[in-house]
Amino acid sequence: MSFRHRHLLGIEPLAPTDISAILDRAETYVDLSRSDSKHSDLLAGMTQINMFFENSTRTQASFELAGKRLGADVMNMAMQASSIKKGETLIDTALTLNAMQPDLLVVRHPNSGAVDLLAQKVHCAVLNAGDGRHEHPTQALLDALTIRRAKGRLHRLSIAICGDIAHSRVARSNILALTKMENRVRLIGPPTLLPAGIGEFGVEVFHDMHEGLEDVDVVMMLRLQRERMDGGFIPSEREYYHRYGLDADKLSRAKSDAIVMHPGPMNRGVEIDGTLADDINRSVIQDQVEMGVAVRMAAMDLLAHNLRERRAA
Amino acid sequence: MTTLHFTNARLIDPEQGTDTVGELWVSEGRICAPGTADKQIDCRGKCLAPGIVDIGVKVCEPGDRHKESYASAGRAAAAGGVTTMVTRPDTNPPIDTPETLEFVTRRAQADSVVHVLPMAALTKGRAGTEMTEIGFLMDAGAVAFTDCDHVVTDTKVLSRALTYAKSCGALVIGHIQEPGLSKGACASSGKFASLRGLPAVSPMAERMGLDRDIALLEMTGARYHVDQITTARALPALERAKGNGIDITAGTSIHHLTLNAFDVADYRTFFKLKPPLRDEDDRLAVVEAVASGLIDVISSMHTPQDEESKRLPFEEAAAGAVALETLLPAAMRLVHGGYMDLPTLWRALSVNPARRLGLDTGRLTEGAPADLVLFDPDAPFQLNRFNLQSKSKNTPFDDARMQGKVLGTWVSGARVFGDT
Repeated sequence: MSFRHRHLLGIEPLAPTDISAILDRAETYVDLSRSDSKHSDLLAGMTQINMFFENSTRTQASFELAGKRLGADVMNMAMQASSIKKGETLIDTALTLNAMQPDLLVVRHPNSGAVDLLAQKVHCAVLNAGDGRHEHPTQALLDALTIRRAKGRLHRLSIAICGDIAHSRVARSNILALTKMENRVRLIGPPTLLPAGIGEFGVEVFHDMHEGLEDVDVVMMLRLQRERMDGGFIPSEREYYHRYGLDADKLSRAKSDAIVMHPGPMNRGVEIDGTLADDINRSVIQDQVEMGVAVRMAAMDLLAHNLRERRAA
Repeated sequence: MTTLHFTNARLIDPEQGTDTVGELWVSEGRICAPGTADKQIDCRGKCLAPGIVDIGVKVCEPGDRHKESYASAGRAAAAGGVTTMVTRPDTNPPIDTPETLEFVTRRAQADSVVHVLPMAALTKGRAGTEMTEIGFLMDAGAVAFTDCDHVVTDTKVLSRALTYAKSCGALVIGHIQEPGLSKGACASSGKFASLRGLPAVSPMAERMGLDRDIALLEMTGARYHVDQITTARALPALERAKGNGIDITAGTSIHHLTLNAFDVADYRTFFKLKPPLRDEDDRLAVVEAVASGLIDVISSMHTPQDEESKRLPFEEAAAGAVALETLLPAAMRLVHGGYMDLPTLWRALSVNPARRLGLDTGRLTEGAPADLVLFDPDAPFQLNRFNLQSKSKNTPFDDARMQGKVLGTWVSGARVFGDT
């Protein structure tokens, strides 16, 4: 067992062997989830609390299902509606929950670094389900698993990440994960949606989709996060779609067997052509959702194992 | 009043630029000619220098006395070798009328063991729309006018305030971070901010703000001081303005001289400052500018914050750090690192800020006030923030290994810190 971490806060602290350990374990849960009896008792007796300070449907459902399939008692807390409105600080909320003796805490928060802060104050294992623009590690892991299964390997691939990189935690975690596994990563987007200093991340940067997609193995589209925009990053949706939306013409520059990915939820006609998203020969978007449950089961399995070892010691 | 005779001292004289072993006499609260003395103080070869004149100290009276009072700030200053605190008006309410200024002056006189010289707001409520009563405030003792970290965005308002201040001979202190570009940012743009996913501002915002203010100074001829220059990009503009005879000086903060953006590490909010910490290249350029004299003044930018306002996600946490007590040992890093000698450092810590404010302190010359600090430049220690005199303990130097201990502080010839 090489996975020694107490929390899963980001891809940054993980070694390539950690990533492989999670993906290998996840493979077994893909099989379990496809069988008639989707249930394991691995986390029986353990309590998992999902704390979402930011709206989420799919990620929260995925974590909930993952916990339930492993036999944990799962509780969902919609934090916007709760004590945060009454002025309680994040740390006080964390201490309150900590006193309820949870074993796994799944947290999403709109501020970068907030999940790290919370993890310092609790005794259980914390899984980052997305913090601000910082990291979304389980998304990067499920993307990695999807690529590995579709391409047969997770190294020496040419992978393009396209769209709103600046506001995307998915992009950051994916850049870290994919470069750690020794792939060539290209970022494609208008300069207003690329963060400063991105050239120092060991990636290639393109502002033109046709150029950037040349001969890539994987095309990873990002959601254009309009709700995060102060306004004025792009001139209009239709110009964005024309220049950066993925359609058959742009995709023709990629390798003929290139796969198309999207973390969802999709804006059809804004960043991706609807027909393309549904093309079962190219799109692996539904596989990503399936791998999401498996990867989260694997991460919770490994963290729970470490938690038990630490408690026994 | 007793007369003092300091013997066996390593005298750091920033005015002469000298570092020599010698003696110093003090009488009637001032440095005097050699003579007889009631009391001898053997300095044992340690450094005796003018007390630090610190422009831009935040004392949280009125409004937030639980964060810092004149008594606690005075103790912290004395422990840090700061003999004159030039205090900021960004209190609650802001110091923008002669009445609030008088309250502050009274509180300071009653409680602070070091000199306190208050600054007043440049515009009412620091709102950037109407100028304050600059003349009355000067009569009441305001030594400079500043809206602190609020930038007066309306250039018409600022040009009028500068013109009026010029007619009064008032010094205006500006914060030059262009507010549009800086909006929402809590880090400097670059690799670190992108890695941590923090909203960031380009260092160019600082040059833009400086360029604007220099143009207004050309127009109005006002006396002007930049609170903090923290980037390499702003330095050529400052140099040109000085070369063109504009009445401009500039300061920087001790934190921007000794820390960089990567020190924030895992979202450590005690490192959240305004302006944010910069890249190492910027830090080195600013250190070089202090050594060359292009940047005139080093300040602590002492900003007390309670634990609650720092125990938050980085974006939401309050900015600022306490620094009265850590200013001297942090500044010693510049000497031990070989960037400058002690007289050059002290030029930026005492004589330059004093001169800019028209004070006769900050020197070792006969007749100057006996505001002095005796310190061991080499003594090592590890800082424990809970041992600080400040009510607030928000220092980025917690647990840091530092060198440079204050052994004694004198204000107008009276000992305010150290064993007698």
